[in-house]
Amino acid sequence: MLEISNLVKRYGQDEPVLKGLDLAVDGNSVVAIVGASGAGKSTMLRCINRLVEPTSGSIRLNGTELVNLRHRDLRRARRKIGMVFQGFNLIDRLTVMENVLAGRLGYVSLFQAVSRRYPQEDIERAFVLMERVGIAHYANKRADELSGGERQRVGVVRALMQEPEVLLADEPTASLDPRTSEQIMVLLQSLASELSLPVLINIHNVAQARSYTDRIVGLRHGTMIFDGAPADFDKEALDAIYGGIESPEDEAIPPQAGPGKRESEVRHDST
Amino acid sequence: MVEDTDLLADRIWRRHNPREQLIRYGVMLVTLTLVVWAVRDIDIFWPWVWDAPNQISSLGSRMWPPDPSRLGEIVSAMIETVHIATLATLLTILIALPVSYIAAQNTTPNRACLWLGRLILVSSRSVNTIIWALLFVAIFGPGVLAGILAIMFRSVGFIGKLMGEAIEEIDRRPVEAMEATGASKAKVIAYAVVPQVMPAFFAIVILRWDINIRESTVLGLVGAGGIGVILQGSIDTFAWQTVATILIAIIVLVLIGEAITGLLRRRAL
Amino acid sequence: MTRPDTGEGTTPRTWRKPPFIANPLLRYGLLAVVAVYLVWALGTLPFNWERIGEGLPRAARIFGGGFPPSFSRFDLLLTGFTESLQIAILATLLGVLLSIPFAVMAARNVAPLPVYLLGRAVIIVSRSFHPVIVAILFVAAVGFGPLAGILTLTLYSIGFVGKLLAEEIEEIDWGQVEAMRATGAGYLATLYYAVFPQILPRQVGLSMYQLDSNLRASAVVGIVGAGGIGSTLMNAFGRYDYDFAFAILLVIIAVILVSEGVSGWVRKKIW
Repeated sequence: MLEISNLVKRYGQDEPVLKGLDLAVDGNSVVAIVGASGAGKSTMLRCINRLVEPTSGSIRLNGTELVNLRHRDLRRARRKIGMVFQGFNLIDRLTVMENVLAGRLGYVSLFQAVSRRYPQEDIERAFVLMERVGIAHYANKRADELSGGERQRVGVVRALMQEPEVLLADEPTASLDPRTSEQIMVLLQSLASELSLPVLINIHNVAQARSYTDRIVGLRHGTMIFDGAPADFDKEALDAIYGGIESPEDEAIPPQAGPGKRESEVRHDST
Repeated sequence: MVEDTDLLADRIWRRHNPREQLIRYGVMLVTLTLVVWAVRDIDIFWPWVWDAPNQISSLGSRMWPPDPSRLGEIVSAMIETVHIATLATLLTILIALPVSYIAAQNTTPNRACLWLGRLILVSSRSVNTIIWALLFVAIFGPGVLAGILAIMFRSVGFIGKLMGEAIEEIDRRPVEAMEATGASKAKVIAYAVVPQVMPAFFAIVILRWDINIRESTVLGLVGAGGIGVILQGSIDTFAWQTVATILIAIIVLVLIGEAITGLLRRRAL
Repeated sequence: MTRPDTGEGTTPRTWRKPPFIANPLLRYGLLAVVAVYLVWALGTLPFNWERIGEGLPRAARIFGGGFPPSFSRFDLLLTGFTESLQIAILATLLGVLLSIPFAVMAARNVAPLPVYLLGRAVIIVSRSFHPVIVAILFVAAVGFGPLAGILTLTLYSIGFVGKLLAEEIEEIDWGQVEAMRATGAGYLATLYYAVFPQILPRQVGLSMYQLDSNLRASAVVGIVGAGGIGSTLMNAFGRYDYDFAFAILLVIIAVILVSEGVSGWVRKKIW
C-alpha cells in the first residue's frame, strides 16, 4: 500500500514541479502515469525513493513514512522500493549476474559486496528470476554485450532482487523498439500479479498504458487531472493531458506512441 | 562586410582583412620584442656560442667508441632505476586514489576535502621530480629512498589529477540505480564508480610508469639513486667513453619501456 | 565456472565471479611473479637505514630553517627568473622553428625512406633523454650558464614538437597535396601550400604548450648548471640557505601556475 498525500516539489524559487499530489496505490495493481515531458512524472517517481528530495508532503509505504527518513533508515526503506530506468542504468563493465546481484546491495555487507560472495539464497533467487525473464544463460556475459530488451530485463530482475514492496518504472520502454517494449510491458504486468506487487509505470505511450495497466493517472503541470480505469481514458482526457503542449521528445519514441497519432492507437485498441 | 565589396569592385586581393592584419602584426611585434630583449639581455659570452659546435663535436669524438668495460655495473644500476620507477608507481597508487576521490567534484565528501585534494594535486604537480629529489636527499641522505619518494611525490599529482577527471566523467545513471537499491556510499562506489574508471586507471598508471622510468634516470644526478649516480661519476672523472655506454643503455631502457607500455595498453583495452 | 548449466533446475546452484584472467595457471603465475618481483626489488635495493633514521630530525631542521621563507635577496631571485624566462623564450623559438624541418623529415608520407629514418632517429634520441641528462652533457661541452640551457631545451622542443608535428603531417588530407602537384608545383611549393596550412593551427598551439613546458624545464636544468632559477635554487640548497630555497620554490610554483593558466587560455583562444 503506497499512499502519497499533498506531495510538493519545487526547485529553488521556480514554479513547483509537483503541486500537491495525492495518490494511493493498493495491492497488485499496475498504475500508468501519463503526461507530457515536464509534467512531473519522473520527479514524482524519484520522490518516492527519495532520489529527489520532496519539498513537502507525505509518502507512506505500508505505513512507514518515507519523507523524513535519513541515512541508514532511508537505505533500508529504499531496498523495499525497486526501480526500473529508461536508460536501464546497468553497470556496463560488470557481468549480468553482478548487475542482478547489485539489487541485494542494501542487504549484504560491504565485504560480501566487494568480494562478490553473496549468500546462497540470493544466488538462487537471481537464477530463478533470470530464468523467469529468460536471461539466465547470459549470467556471465558483460552487460554491455546484451540487446536493449535483454538489458531492460536485467534491470527488472535487479529491481526484483530487492524483494520490493513496490516497483517503480521510469519510462521503461522509451529506449526500446515497439516490439520489445510490448514484451517488457507484458512482463511487468504479469510480474505484478505473480508477486502481488504494486507497480507504478511512467509511460509516454498511451496505447501501451491502456492495454497493460489497471489504472491510469494523468499529470499536467504537476497536478493530477485524470485518475481512472483505462476504459474511461477517452479522447477528452487525452486532450486535457497533452493538448496544446509541444513535446519534442515524442519524435524519439515509437510511432504509435505519440499523442498526435491517435488513429494507430485506436487501431491497436480494437485488436 | 563593406570593405569586402569594395575590394571585390576594385579587384584587389588580400590574404587577411585589416583587423586580422593588425592582430598579426601585434603578435609579431610582441614576439620580436621579447626575442630581442632575451638575446640582448641574456648572460651569454657570444664567442662561446660560435665555438659551441666545435666543443660539442669534440666532446662527441671523445665519447667514441663507447667503452663497455663497466657494462655489468651499468646494467645493475639500470635495474635499480627500473625498481625505483616501479615501486614508486605502485606506492603512488595507494596515495593517489584517495586523493583523486576527494578531489573529484562528484565524490568528494565536502568542500573542505575538495580544496584539500586540489591543493595536494597542485603542489605535487608544480614541483619537478628532481627538485623533490633534492629535498629528499637533504632529508634522508643520498640513496634510493629519496629517489622513490621524489618520484612518488611528483606522480601523486599526475595520477590523482587524471583519475579525478576520470571520476568526474563517469556516467551518473548507474550511480542513481545503485542508490535506488538502498546501497551505502561505499557500495555505490564499489559497484557504480570503480568499474567505470577501471580502464582509465590502467591507462594512466601505465602512462605514468613509462614517464617515471625516464625521470628515474636523472635522479642519480642529485644523489637519489639509479643510473644517474654512475653517469655523474663518469662525467666527473671525464670517462666519456663510459658516458657513451650509459647513454646508449638509457636509450635501450626507454625503448624497452615504451615497447612494454605499448603492449600492456593493447592488452588492457 | 563451477556453476552447472542453467535451465536444468539443479539446486542448489552456485555462482562465482568469473576471474579477471580465465586461465588459472596464468592468474596465479602472474600473482607469483608480482610477489617475487616485490621481494626481489625491495631486497636488492640498497637502503641505508641508518642514514634514513636520521631523516626526521633533519627534516625538522630543514623545514625549521625554511620557515618563514626569506625574500631578502629578491634581486637574486629576479635575476634567476629573468634568465629562466629568456632561456625558455629563445629555446622555444629555436626549437619550434627547427622542429618543422625535422617533422617533415620524420613524416613517412612526405620524406624518402633514408631521410625518414634519420628524422625519426633524431626525434627518438632527443625524446629518450631527460632534459637534465642532455643539460649535463651540454654543460660539459660549452660550460656553465644559459647557453647550455638554451641548447638543451631546443633539443627537447625539437623532440616533442617534432614528433607530434610529424604525426600531424602523416594524417593530412592528401588530396590537397595531389592538387598542388597537379598544378605543377615543386616539392617546397607543395609543402608550403598543401602541407603547412594544414598543420599550422596545431603548430601554434604546440608552441604555446612548449613555451610553458620549457619554462618548467628551465627551472630544472639549472640544477646541473645550465643557468636560470634552477642554478640559484641549487646554490641556496648547497649553502644550507633553506629559507631562501623555500622562497625560490614558492615563486617557482606560482610562476608555473600562472604560466599554465596563460598558456591554456591562449590555446583555447586559438582553437
